[in-house]
Amino acid sequence: MAAISQSTSGAGAEQKSATDTALAVRNLSVFFNDKAVLKNVTMDIAARAVTAIIGPSGCGKSTFLRAINRMHELNPEARMDGEICLFGDNIYGSGIEPVIVRRRVGMVFQKSNPFPTMSINENVTVGLRLNGVRDKKILAERTEQSLRMAALWDEVKDRLHAPAISLSGGQQQRLCIARALAVQPEVLLMDEPASALDPLATQKIEDLIIELKKIYTIVIVTHNMQQAARSSDFTAFFYLGELVEFGPTAKIFTSPAQKRTEDYVTGRFG
Amino acid sequence: MNETAPNQPAKNNAASQFGDRAFKGLTLLMALSVFVLIGLIGFELAHGSGIALRQFGWHFLFSSDWDPVNEKFGALPFIFGTLVSSAIGLIIAVPLSIATAVYLTELAPLWIRQPLTIFIELLAAVPSVILGLWGIFVMVPWLRGHLFPLLQKWFGFLPLFQGPIYGPSLLAGGIIIAIMILPIITSVSREILRSVPGLQREAAYALGATRWEVTRIAVLSYAKKGLFGAVILGLGRALGETMAVTMVIGNSPQIAKSLFAPGYTLASVVANEFSEATSDTYLSALFEIGLVLLGVTVLVNALAQLLLKTFAGPGVKPQH
Amino acid sequence: MDAANHNWRKAKNTMMQTLAFACAILVILPLVLVFFHLVTQGASSINWAFFTQLPKPVGEVGGGMANAILGTFILITLASLIGVPVGVLGGVFLSEYTHKRLNWWIRFTADVTNGVPSITWGMVVYALIVVPMKGFSTLAGGIVLGLMMIPLIMRTTEEVLQLVPSGYREAALALGIAQWRMIIQIVVRTALKGIITGILLALARVAGETAPLLFTAFGNGYWTHKLTEPIAALPLQIFNYAISPYDDWHRQAWAGALVLILLVTAVNISVRVLTRDRFSRRSA
Repeated sequence: MAAISQSTSGAGAEQKSATDTALAVRNLSVFFNDKAVLKNVTMDIAARAVTAIIGPSGCGKSTFLRAINRMHELNPEARMDGEICLFGDNIYGSGIEPVIVRRRVGMVFQKSNPFPTMSINENVTVGLRLNGVRDKKILAERTEQSLRMAALWDEVKDRLHAPAISLSGGQQQRLCIARALAVQPEVLLMDEPASALDPLATQKIEDLIIELKKIYTIVIVTHNMQQAARSSDFTAFFYLGELVEFGPTAKIFTSPAQKRTEDYVTGRFG
Repeated sequence: MNETAPNQPAKNNAASQFGDRAFKGLTLLMALSVFVLIGLIGFELAHGSGIALRQFGWHFLFSSDWDPVNEKFGALPFIFGTLVSSAIGLIIAVPLSIATAVYLTELAPLWIRQPLTIFIELLAAVPSVILGLWGIFVMVPWLRGHLFPLLQKWFGFLPLFQGPIYGPSLLAGGIIIAIMILPIITSVSREILRSVPGLQREAAYALGATRWEVTRIAVLSYAKKGLFGAVILGLGRALGETMAVTMVIGNSPQIAKSLFAPGYTLASVVANEFSEATSDTYLSALFEIGLVLLGVTVLVNALAQLLLKTFAGPGVKPQH
Repeated sequence: MDAANHNWRKAKNTMMQTLAFACAILVILPLVLVFFHLVTQGASSINWAFFTQLPKPVGEVGGGMANAILGTFILITLASLIGVPVGVLGGVFLSEYTHKRLNWWIRFTADVTNGVPSITWGMVVYALIVVPMKGFSTLAGGIVLGLMMIPLIMRTTEEVLQLVPSGYREAALALGIAQWRMIIQIVVRTALKGIITGILLALARVAGETAPLLFTAFGNGYWTHKLTEPIAALPLQIFNYAISPYDDWHRQAWAGALVLILLVTAVNISVRVLTRDRFSRRSA
């Protein structure tokens, strides 16, 4: 049983080249009430790159994403098979606690969900404070660092103590990104992060992703193909719970190997 | 089924229009009855208190003289008894109820939730007099024989726990109130906690929080206002609790420092002495006590309802 | 983060879960104890005589609570004559005709009225009915319980009607059915089960009320023959026996309490069974 490292420094501290594998997924299957929602997925997700997960509704994209930070365990009807290795450590290994996995893998949700009873500042530092970080200096530094990375610092630096819900929808989503980044995860999962936002806010998020991938491994689920084509390095196409095709984005969108992929990216269905 | 052509005979239309209006009027009248009811209660109690109001004025609320023989009436002992027993009831019940509500919604294994919830709702259905019966013959003797002496041994340095132990007492009243309000605070709290959006919990889980931390950060803070409303609702129930309290509190109109001393509440004195009131003044004094009780419970309940109705969580639009 | 912090968080998690579980047990403990004592103390006294005989004179052993049991049924029947029509129709108004402000105030007042101590209801009906009639009566008892039922039934009816999908209403109106007919024949009809369970629950609730009856129905040692006479009721009898100095009456009080709790629990459980198919897949 591999000991999972619990260090607070994320992928940035260790020198990883872009060809490193962040997540090695092997034969991953997810069942809801014995119905297979995700079937035998095997793929390698590259470190410090953006991998987009695309496919029509119900194809299992969100299910796949949530398997990476073990969110399915909150659902008593869900069952899992297979393994996912996060930089070499099997997150489903026996004895590995979900709490630790979720520290290393951050998540941003489709609808922004800042904690409404907390200020902007408190929202960003909540993950750190949970882990026992009390030093005000460190908290302040991380807050600024995370908000800068989320391209929100300039807009909120004068009102860090304002309630988080006083921000606009797009700002709230960036706050959630800052919150996830503050604990310096190794991988950042994003489940259709811009789908509830207007085009301007969406653009900001996309620019953000391109900046973030210099440091973080990002896996993003999106139903917006242009978004996938613009911002990702690799793309995985799912259909009916199966991984149909996976490869560099340019190839998937211009010369896909599978007909189903081609049908989807050219808009013939979905 | 109506088979008439688009241009229906005027008679048919007028008839259904009349029917609509009549029905709406009827139901409206029935719905407005609540205003009549609350007005009636207020009016009758105020009317009945007339003599006492004129005779004693404000003094009524501050005097501890309850002397039917000499026609001197003061409500202070009952106000004291009601406040103290309700306070004890809340102190015991609130932490237990909220913890139970948290257990039911966040922490309990799924198979336990339904049966436990049903149990608690059954407790809510136990009539006050039955709990009082159990109180007289089971709880109070046990308190007198076991708990009270123990409390006196450990905490006897506090005046609260000094003095002779009879059994029926303010503390017994408080405990029985706690038992009576546990179910309502638990079930309202449970509803409040269940209404916290799952997305909030997921945000906390995604940050690597443990189950308890998720409850603390994402659920309890979010639900603060609603939980407070549940507590106030419990207080409203506690203030008006009559039968069970009457049967275990001792019914002695005195203001004592010890929790072991017998007490008397606003509701209890009315229950015990109303049918025996020998003079108009006596009866009027009891009406005034009822008026005080009504005033306090209406205010508390109104506050509770406002809190509960306007709670939908911060950052979420209210339901109606 | 280090191992120490993580272990502390795990420990806290387990502690809190255990604490919460302990609280849940403490909450249901009184119910378990009450039921236990009701059965052990009361079951032996429930016999044929209990259900058929009148109370014996003070101090004599034996007799039953036949009049009290019948009295309770008579009172809740009277009460429903007032409470059900007013409550249901009022609930129909709240649900089917929307006037935001007015309805908010009606709901608010109904909820506050539901919280009024039951003893004050008794005082009001005393002033309104008992005094003019110059005596305690069955009528007064029925009226006070009926009035108490009105805001209860109004709210439960409204909630149940709200559950009827709006599509039903729209479909009916689109067919040209008059609104009042639509409400009665379609909406109320669909929600009937829920409305009835609301009524049953309200009945069970007022059947257990003692305080309002203390100076309205007042109680009676014999059979009541006229609505204008005082009447015995189960909770009243239990109370009077419980606070009396006679052992035999205490024994009978337990028996009466057992009968009452069985009635109330039976209603509550059967209501649950009735609504089960509606809520069967609702998670806790």
